[in-house]
Amino acid sequence: MSNDTTTATADAGTPLRDAVPGTALLEVEGLTKHFPIYGGFPVKRRVGAVQAVDGIDLAVHEGESFGLVGESGCGKSTTGRLLTRLLEPTGGRITYNGQDITHAGRKQLAPIRSEIQMIFQDPYSSLNPRQTVGSIIGGPMEINGMNPPGGREMRVRELLETVGLNPEHYNRFPHEFSGGQRQRIGVARALALEPKLIVADEPVSALDVSIQAQVVNLLQNLQRELGIAFLFIAHDLAVVRHFSQRVAVMYLGKIVEVGDRDSIYNRPRHPYTHALLSAVPEATVTAARDGEGRERIRLAGDVPSPINPPSGCRFRTRCWKAQDRCAKEEPPLIRLGGNREGHLTACHFPEEPTTAAREEDVILDPALLAAEKGTGAGSAGPVGKVDR
Amino acid sequence: MTTLTKTEDSPAPTGADPFLSVRDLYVRFSTEDGIVKAVDGLSFDLERGRTLGIVGESGSGKSVTNLAVLGLHNPKSTTISGEILLDGQELTGAREKTLERLRGNKMAMIFQDPLTALSPYYTVGRQIAEPFVKHTGASKREGRLRAVEMLGKVGIPQPQTRVDDYPHQFSGGMRQRAMIAMSLVCNPSLLIADEPTTALDVTVQAQILDLLKDLQQEFGSAIILITHDLGVVANTADDILVMYAGRAVERGSVKEVLQSPRHPYTWGLLGSMPRLSGDVEQPLKPIPGTPPSLLNPPPGCPFHPRCAYTGEVGGDRCSSERPVLPEGRGGACHLTAERKQSIFIEDIQPALG
Amino acid sequence: MLQFLLRRSIGAVVILILISAFTFFLFFSIPQDPALLACGKNCTPDAIKIIHQNLGLDKPVPVQYWNFMVGIFAGRDFAVGHCSAPCFGYSFANNQPVWNTIVDRFPTTLSLTVGGAFVFLLVGLGTGMLAAWKRGTAVDKTFSSVSLVLSSMQIYFLGPIVLGLLVYSTDILSSPKYVPFTENPGQWFVGLLIPWIVLSVIFTANYTRMSRSTMIEQLQEEHVRTAKAKGMSSRYVFFRYAWRGSLIPIVTIFGMDLGSLFGGAIITEQTFSLAGIGRLAVESVIKTDLPMIMGVMLFSAFMILLFNIIVDAAYAWIDPRVRLS
Repeated sequence: MSNDTTTATADAGTPLRDAVPGTALLEVEGLTKHFPIYGGFPVKRRVGAVQAVDGIDLAVHEGESFGLVGESGCGKSTTGRLLTRLLEPTGGRITYNGQDITHAGRKQLAPIRSEIQMIFQDPYSSLNPRQTVGSIIGGPMEINGMNPPGGREMRVRELLETVGLNPEHYNRFPHEFSGGQRQRIGVARALALEPKLIVADEPVSALDVSIQAQVVNLLQNLQRELGIAFLFIAHDLAVVRHFSQRVAVMYLGKIVEVGDRDSIYNRPRHPYTHALLSAVPEATVTAARDGEGRERIRLAGDVPSPINPPSGCRFRTRCWKAQDRCAKEEPPLIRLGGNREGHLTACHFPEEPTTAAREEDVILDPALLAAEKGTGAGSAGPVGKVDR
Repeated sequence: MTTLTKTEDSPAPTGADPFLSVRDLYVRFSTEDGIVKAVDGLSFDLERGRTLGIVGESGSGKSVTNLAVLGLHNPKSTTISGEILLDGQELTGAREKTLERLRGNKMAMIFQDPLTALSPYYTVGRQIAEPFVKHTGASKREGRLRAVEMLGKVGIPQPQTRVDDYPHQFSGGMRQRAMIAMSLVCNPSLLIADEPTTALDVTVQAQILDLLKDLQQEFGSAIILITHDLGVVANTADDILVMYAGRAVERGSVKEVLQSPRHPYTWGLLGSMPRLSGDVEQPLKPIPGTPPSLLNPPPGCPFHPRCAYTGEVGGDRCSSERPVLPEGRGGACHLTAERKQSIFIEDIQPALG
Repeated sequence: MLQFLLRRSIGAVVILILISAFTFFLFFSIPQDPALLACGKNCTPDAIKIIHQNLGLDKPVPVQYWNFMVGIFAGRDFAVGHCSAPCFGYSFANNQPVWNTIVDRFPTTLSLTVGGAFVFLLVGLGTGMLAAWKRGTAVDKTFSSVSLVLSSMQIYFLGPIVLGLLVYSTDILSSPKYVPFTENPGQWFVGLLIPWIVLSVIFTANYTRMSRSTMIEQLQEEHVRTAKAKGMSSRYVFFRYAWRGSLIPIVTIFGMDLGSLFGGAIITEQTFSLAGIGRLAVESVIKTDLPMIMGVMLFSAFMILLFNIIVDAAYAWIDPRVRLS
């Protein structure tokens, strides 16, 4: 667990960036990305912005796996692209190994590009169909002028073996491989430059369950054996838990909670983390059926648009604990009393640090509430609770 | 399923005859590369008011089976044999007019991606009202009122105004709710939900699955829930049918299949899934290899090339003799029942955490 | 959506102004003096000077352009008489305002193009949809192969053949001629029948092939499958669900074809000896009738931009996603 590497000073508001001096490989402060929207009449102009990422702080330490979870539109993928500088940040600071790369140009980035690699979600579109596996994996080495001992081809064959593919397939084309194998090719390409950090954006979500596990195990072995740090971006909470020592939960462009794995999954404080965890369908019988085990929280509606996010706390429109203060004041991401070091939560009215079933389920969805209370739809107040 | 052990909390079945009965279903597509054996001798039963979860990975034949039930396959390139009995009525080879009267009326379907599954050109209300008007002979006005009522039931706020919206004006979760409203508008006895929540966010998925369960109580439909996610069926279904390479490899109640699975493929699925409660130091136990091509599925047990236990069966039975899936609870595997149980308890269960 | 159309209209006006300015300055940089034409055979330098004054050609080019633009909206007075708005200048060759000639010739071109377009759109959509409905059958194969052959035809090739077959050797129809619709609708129709047939034979093929392929594409769409799963009949699904989506690519191509038909009116008119805008353009180029060339050019540009805006409006009508965004 990485909480021992953090040195949060006190119980009150300690932003993450101050908590981890020295050891961070990649640090991010106030990172912001707004995609402008144009419209209006008669002359088109900037009328607003998609606030995809809105001021996040995080740090990835050497050799650790940092997980970033959230639902669609929370900005986790944009964050990944900002960190690898595939996108230009609107604001904030990205520091890699002490060097500010926020607005670094091509030349300055060149040496860093080889140290930060990316693995993409779609194993079908992220590989050039006209290139052989050999040139896909060897290409980055050539561009970066790397000449490993024994030659590039030798190294590519080694890499193929590392990711569990047959080195004999050096001259084959991507379409000759299955989805899982293609994702392995993507992993081998990322490994070719011996990176220190891999940003993996939903690397397994396009794969079948049985293949997904193969790739997760592969990545986990690489992380452990080669000491590569990972920023693991995914919507699947169970996969992130399995893979990451520290986890940040994002909602509408903000980090709402961050901490070590145990804190996030077993002692969450933010209502949204609670809601997310309770929504994960588990392939177990007892938890779901017998009313013991995990709490049951059902939110209403979908995530609001990041074009016009709610004021104050962005989760308040779907939160059962929201009060006036939540609309006026944005909660800072701080260490709450009772939280472990490095476990930060952005909430004015945090939940109890447990995921155990409550006396009453939290049901906000009006249709569910109506069905479960046996009343007509629409009669429910803003907050509904169903007795067990 | 009459022959299945019931879970305690599910209602007892009412009749002796299953409402939907599929027997020896074969579905084959002719393609340029050859004949795809998409469904290969599948049998299952479903009773009124119960939910059957069909679980499998891509290419397992789970979606094809259900398109065949509704008769939505392409008749030119598809050959279907076997029996599909819906409430005693034979559906394979039924006339198109007969099927049209049943579709959307007695049997309805929810598709995976509500964005592409709803027409962008017509209002949500019109699309919901259409089958109601067609099957009940209601007027357009009555159809619209019914659409408003249904939208309210599935939890769309202000249904009176949202009924005139187009699908693109709805959010992803609302679109799937509209889809559910559309499928339930004629009170179908059979509802087939094909990966209904795969395209949705996890918090929305939880809402939709619970909603389906609640609406089933009200409408009394039998549901077939097709999914790749054992977690989804664990919460929603009564019974599970696990499919692999176009065949059913295991069936039983949710409790039976999840707590004492009897097929190596099911073990593999369970071992592949990370859990919120599992031991993080314990690596996942993936199934080696990749699913077979349905153009040329392996002989005998289709799972044998990926199976770790073929050695225990002896001889080449796994690659030559097709294992039979017993009626009711069971798995299509040559291992003895005792051996299966001991393997699960000794090898598999400890790793599940 | 209204905003979008307004924006497109404003854009169109800007484009028209640019085109007019460009052609105006281009033509006035031509060394040949337009007054020579008006002056005739017995021309003296004095006569040319008088013509220059009469037509305002003695003023600097920007002033002339300004007067021209003002004339379009307010009318102009020339020495030869008043040219009321919209005044696109005064033709030396015809000795009358440009606008009068355009108004005179335009109905022919409009009847030719829009009439022809109407026929080929209707026939093309019909045959294409029938081919898609009967996909893989003899009907489909016949339509598909015939349309492939026909789409390689050209007006100047097919036109004379049809004329020869239907007019000169058999007398089934008389030579194409334009009779105003307001005068005698029957004769208007009969007179234009041959060009319409030729145009639609050539263009229909494209629409057959395209509406067939987009229909087949649409029939694979998931929302079409949903409609089937609701128990809607094949016919209903075909005409209500698949058809709507297939219209969008058709409308796109139709807009482009209308434009090129209008722009290429010269070929059609020449082939069938009809006096429309296309003919007018050629005549005025031969006579170096600069004001007329200007007028025809601006007018044609206006029509093509108008077709584009109509196409945009059609998108909005077909697809609510365009309308409501």
